[in-house]
Amino acid sequence: MVDLSQYLPILIFLGIALALSTAFVFLPMGVSQLTGTHNPTTEKLSEYECGFPAFEDPRSRFDVRFYLVAILFIVFDLEAAFLFPWAVSLDLTGWPGWITMMVFLFELVVGFVYAWKKGALEWE
Amino acid sequence: MTRTFMDWGLSYEWAWGLATIAGILLIALPLMLAVAMIIYVDRKVWAAMALRRGPNVVGPFGLLQSFADGLKVFLQETIIPSAANKGLFLIAPIITFTVALAAWAVVPFNSGAVLADINIGLLYILAISSLGVYGVVISGWASNSKYPFFSAMRAAAQMISYEVSIGFILVCVVLYAGTFNMNGIIEAQRGHGLGIVNAYAFNLLLFPIWVMFLISSLAETARAPFDLTEAESELVAGYQTEYSSMSFALFWLGEYANVLLMCALNAILFFGGWLPPLDWAPLYLVPGWIWLFAKIFAFFFIFSWVKATVPRYRYDQLMRLGWKVFLPLSLLFVVLVSGWLMVTRYERSPHTALCPSLDNAELAARGAAPQGSPCVRENLT
Repeated sequence: MVDLSQYLPILIFLGIALALSTAFVFLPMGVSQLTGTHNPTTEKLSEYECGFPAFEDPRSRFDVRFYLVAILFIVFDLEAAFLFPWAVSLDLTGWPGWITMMVFLFELVVGFVYAWKKGALEWE
Repeated sequence: MTRTFMDWGLSYEWAWGLATIAGILLIALPLMLAVAMIIYVDRKVWAAMALRRGPNVVGPFGLLQSFADGLKVFLQETIIPSAANKGLFLIAPIITFTVALAAWAVVPFNSGAVLADINIGLLYILAISSLGVYGVVISGWASNSKYPFFSAMRAAAQMISYEVSIGFILVCVVLYAGTFNMNGIIEAQRGHGLGIVNAYAFNLLLFPIWVMFLISSLAETARAPFDLTEAESELVAGYQTEYSSMSFALFWLGEYANVLLMCALNAILFFGGWLPPLDWAPLYLVPGWIWLFAKIFAFFFIFSWVKATVPRYRYDQLMRLGWKVFLPLSLLFVVLVSGWLMVTRYERSPHTALCPSLDNAELAARGAAPQGSPCVRENLT
């Protein structure tokens, strides 16, 4: 049974960190209202594009080459997630556990070699 | 610390709560101070390597430069572009900074001096530091501007690419230490090299892993030479382009807190954390946190040094290094390390015997544990 009470400090820490950073974002807004630096103009609020007026909407079509990277990431990060429990219990599972994991890793390496040969890792 | 508060006549719950909050503030506030000073150090080192003076006007030797910058930024106007998604735009720096702070909850500063001594400390750090990418991606998307958007795309691909190899590298360390607990990993390094050096990096199998981890941590925190997310010659300031005032500063604070965390991880996982470099009695007279801070500082100097001297990578080179070099290499080392451990450490020991969970008292006493017990980690170098 996991003792959840040792995770309580982390939760409190998260709460305090959240409060701190929220204060950091919203306090200067109030301060700038008071000191009079808050002075928005149309030009100031337009998006930055090296001094030009924006050419086109930034949310236009964009070739997301990173899609493939994300797919590969899911595969390999999942693999790492399987490796973690095996790593801490290597002394308990012994040779059968080790051989099983090597078979699993070998299958993944086959997939990795396939992705490499297919050019999924190429970046033009 | 709970005991001190209980001596003041408080009930256990109140004492525990006060001690926890005091501990959190003891981590968070010095961390922010450290970030301010480390930005100064970064600028000084960078300047010195370029034969410049660096900040030297505000305070003695310019020591107060970061605080002057902070005050200036605090008093500035917060500009929210009219095209931006306002809610997300403001949430992004909050996420970045919160996550950067929260990761420090499991970092041990001395034997027992850790806020949450959880069994899966390393896993927690891995999990919480991968949340950092959300801040970057959300800020890039919510700015509704081209440069931040490109930068966010790059950052997402870069961070997840190197997270994969960092995962495998951590598996190697965990294989050796046999635990995810941060204090446990540090204790496992006691006398690891030749019975006297307290460092995993002294191990021939783990040294290449440490080199990979150092480079991956540069890439994971988007430091030079992998700072493509804010490559100023192509992307202005990357995902921070549209930010101003404290929201801009929060990205900086979060980024440097992450850099410090990566330096701390290098020190803890491979260089014995709060243990002195050598397992030699007089060195234990120096408090553990001083050793840890010295190691963190040494690693930060390496980070600054790299930033000052190494030219920026091209994006395809960055992806090639991550996917075609580090990933296969770290996979290979998982096989090598686990195989080596199976042959040398676990073959002879009765591996069916269950190890009792290692708590702090046992860890401290482990040096005196009888040989042949399955829970004793032998020295392998």
